[in-house]
Amino acid sequence: MTTVEVSKPAPKPAPKQLQRRRSDRPLLASLALHATLLGATVIALFPVLWILLSSFKPADRIQSSEITLVDDPTLENYRAVLFDTPFPTWFLNSVIVAAFTMVIGIAMSATCGYALSRFNFAGKRGLMWVFLITQMFPVAILIVPIYTIMANLGLIDTKPSLVIAYLTVAVPFCAWMLRGYFDTIPKELDEAAALDGLGPFGTFWRVILPLARPGLAVTAFYTFLTAWGEVAYAIAFMQSRNKLTLGAGLQQFVPQFNPQWHLLTAGSVLILIPAAVVFFFAQKHLVAGLTAGGTKG
Amino acid sequence: MSTSVRYDQASLVYPGTTAPAVASLDLTIEPGELLVLVGPSGSGKSTALRMLAGLEDVTDGRVLIGDKDVTHLRPKDRDIAMVFQNYALYPHMSVAENMGFALKIAGTPKADIDARVREAAKILDLEPYLERKPKALSGGQRQRVAMGRAIVRQPQVFCMDEPLSNLDAKLRVSTRTQIASLQRRLDTTTIYVTHDQVEAMTMGDRVAVLKDGVLQQVGTPLGLYEKPVNAFVAGFIGSPAMNLGTFRVTDGHAQIGEGRVPLPRAMTGALKADTVQLGFRPEALLPAGKGDPGSFAVEALVVEELGADAFLYGNLIGDELRADHIVARIAPRSVPEKGATVWFTIAPGALHAFDTETGLALPTD
Ligand SMILES: Nc1ncnc2c1ncn2[C@@H]1O[C@H](COP(=O)(O)OP(=O)(O)OP(=O)(O)O)[C@@H](O)[C@H]1O
Ligand SMILES: [Mg+2]
Repeated sequence: MTTVEVSKPAPKPAPKQLQRRRSDRPLLASLALHATLLGATVIALFPVLWILLSSFKPADRIQSSEITLVDDPTLENYRAVLFDTPFPTWFLNSVIVAAFTMVIGIAMSATCGYALSRFNFAGKRGLMWVFLITQMFPVAILIVPIYTIMANLGLIDTKPSLVIAYLTVAVPFCAWMLRGYFDTIPKELDEAAALDGLGPFGTFWRVILPLARPGLAVTAFYTFLTAWGEVAYAIAFMQSRNKLTLGAGLQQFVPQFNPQWHLLTAGSVLILIPAAVVFFFAQKHLVAGLTAGGTKG
Repeated sequence: MSTSVRYDQASLVYPGTTAPAVASLDLTIEPGELLVLVGPSGSGKSTALRMLAGLEDVTDGRVLIGDKDVTHLRPKDRDIAMVFQNYALYPHMSVAENMGFALKIAGTPKADIDARVREAAKILDLEPYLERKPKALSGGQRQRVAMGRAIVRQPQVFCMDEPLSNLDAKLRVSTRTQIASLQRRLDTTTIYVTHDQVEAMTMGDRVAVLKDGVLQQVGTPLGLYEKPVNAFVAGFIGSPAMNLGTFRVTDGHAQIGEGRVPLPRAMTGALKADTVQLGFRPEALLPAGKGDPGSFAVEALVVEELGADAFLYGNLIGDELRADHIVARIAPRSVPEKGATVWFTIAPGALHAFDTETGLALPTD
């Protein structure tokens, strides 16, 4: 019996790993990197944590700088802010203003962004420049003219004044952003929809918007935040104590003399909750690849 | 039943450009006909199609569907379905929803939509995929969904813009026969755009050739192949392309390499110069012996053996006017060596002649 030597092809060398793997990094560099990241995280989180911990401290101990953080935690601060102050009213005001800003803001910037992305009309370039330029003025400069306009309209000390002011901040930016997002959706989809019998608005509503969910989610979050914690316009426009929004209201807890830190910290923690809720719902829509498979080439 | 489509002196100039992308197009597509629009890239094929679909505003002239002037109607009022080059399926809808979308918008009862979608899916072999999203389909399946979306609507006119260009060669061949037979079965007037002249020859009832936005010729595939009206059509239709070259004419004979080829009297009579552009197809070259009347020598450069056929690419020997290669169809199996000299004559009656100035065909008899 003869054995036939089968010559096996030599195993190919494994393709060289192009991506740097974690273990390739020198130990010292790794330590330095992580130390830096850790430091940055602590710096970012510390104020929030400090406020959270302080909010559970009894009012008389809040200013002591001792590090024994929570030795006898209490919910008294929360009870006080919720039942002994106009905080709930301010909270409601803020929710209303932020919700309107968000809904109107999305509607305006989405339609505007779509028009900028798909249609040619006189003054399109000019409009886009205006959007950019208005973003460059600081609030401090805008606040006076807008106040005058609101006063002329008789809107001072009403919620619409704030909603409108916040929209002037949020809409131009969001329209730009959404326009960029719409630009990534192939134009052929609009054309297919037009041939399938949809008008421009139907196309926008039934074909484009469902595909723009991530962009809309970011817009929602951004517009909400614009209104939610805002202070400058709120202080300027709102005069009655029970019409204040949260940003302006919380300032009332810390007047120059006799600041009430325990109320401020508890209120600040409560303020975080709606923003976190909105973020939670928005981030669920931040998915990539919604337009995958629609077109090729 | 099916309707005709007519371009009446239709032109389109894109905003910001000066040359028309489609210039004074005059073209009638008969009811139920499959007309293929071919031309090189940028010749205005897509533009012509989009004018019909209403996706571009016609600058001048009219577009008619049946007797109805649709020049200024919106796309949705034209009852046209289009298959896009990149499919343009709605990514957020399932295959069934994609196909039924137009009917849903039109307010068709759900049961009817379902029935029609299922019927189209059956024709196109898409039944197992009806609930899938487009991203979970292969390129060929997406292409069929795009077709399905068009046929479910039972429109008056189909517009197809290079629907096969994203498919691999094999799938393209089988799908093109499927489309052609489907079109015949549905009897729907269809305009089919392609830059692939093989597709044009195999699918079309008639073929229209565009160049730089100008319609060159319309006719049956064989008509274009046998009687091209100008040198452009002659060179564009046919694969491998027709041999075209400019040759000197003396005494009613054209000097092709070393051969003196007699020209028909009608041809020489129409000549305005002492040169002529001649064309002869690869299969019109017959093997000859050295010294046969009208024979010329070709130096073989490459021989392509395709099994049933073989094509020889070579240089014309003794020719100073042209540098292009000559392509000849030769008998397979016993092909000449590279570098060998081969003699050919042109089959009688197979010579095309074109004016060197205008490129227009000269009479051949
Ligand atoms: N939106 C546009 N604006 C300006 N010019 C355009 C526009 N679309 C097309 N063109 C020009 O019009 C001419 C015809 O374009 P068209 O898309 O109809 O060519 P085509 O025959 O479909 O080519 P292809 O085979 O590459 O698809 C081209 O010269 C092109 O550059
Ligand atoms: Mg094209």
